[in-house]
Amino acid sequence: MSLKPAIDNNDHFQGDEKASIEIVEFGDYQCPHCGAAYPIVKEIQDTFGEQIKFVFRNFPLSESHQYAQIAAVYAEAAALQNKFWEMHDAIYERQSYLSEDFLKTLAKELDLDIDQFEVDLESYLVKEKVENDFESGIRSGVNGTPTFFVNGERFDGGATDLYQVLKESTV
Amino acid sequence: MLKKGDVAPEFTLYATPDQKISLQEFKGRNVILAFYPADWSPVCSDQMALYNEMLKFFKKYNADIFGISVDSKWCHLAFEQSRNLHFPLLADFEPKGEVSKKYGVYNVEEGESKRALFVIDKEGIIAWSYLSPTAINPGADGILDALEALNSK
Repeated sequence: MSLKPAIDNNDHFQGDEKASIEIVEFGDYQCPHCGAAYPIVKEIQDTFGEQIKFVFRNFPLSESHQYAQIAAVYAEAAALQNKFWEMHDAIYERQSYLSEDFLKTLAKELDLDIDQFEVDLESYLVKEKVENDFESGIRSGVNGTPTFFVNGERFDGGATDLYQVLKESTV
Repeated sequence: MLKKGDVAPEFTLYATPDQKISLQEFKGRNVILAFYPADWSPVCSDQMALYNEMLKFFKKYNADIFGISVDSKWCHLAFEQSRNLHFPLLADFEPKGEVSKKYGVYNVEEGESKRALFVIDKEGIIAWSYLSPTAINPGADGILDALEALNSK
């Protein structure tokens, strides 16, 4: 299965834009497996640095996870103030506290312009980004989270497997 | 297993403990049938959870989705409530597996439906079908591609 659509300007990325290894994670902020994958992805990024471009797309299973959708919306609204990764990291680092109150606290901690942020939380743009990410996941054959793509192809394994394969292939 | 171009066999099955659904009621709409082995088993649950999230996308294509297994209507009810599912699960329970057999997706050895997907067009003709390995969640990309092809006709 390949990634549809390919990485574009709507995606948030870390690392080098022109890196030879592109990793895309489809994730859900309340999914415990994604929470477990988070520190491993960080380790991958630390190990391979600028060799890697890392992209996160939203795949909230909102019927199974009460706060998955709202958390995705918070991260995308934070992105409009250039704080996507700060919000993304903060949620995963304290995932067990996830609730609406906790998200509000994070928005304050990240020093966001709260008036603007509240407008953005309700905006069509933000909702559409989350929906488009989800649809791209479906289109790309994602059926659970986390699902990783490496250079546009689905990687059938978890974050630990991914780390292992990268270590073996980039000696 | 029935294929593209075959007429979708008619059926009437329990969708809730006191309500039956017939395929012919959905003439004029696209219908997705997702046959699966059993309520509660891990892969099926993930698969149904995924479809549950996709209802708004299916709606965009004028499509209704139904899950079908040989579990009873009461078992389906408990499963739907437990997983918060918002689409009907049909009970192919009596005579056991009759509809699954008509569609050619009954596993005689296990006494369960195979994991199979059908997209049926507005006239009741099968537009796409797919048999998935039992242990693998087939996802929904194939369904969306088939619905898109129907819409662009």
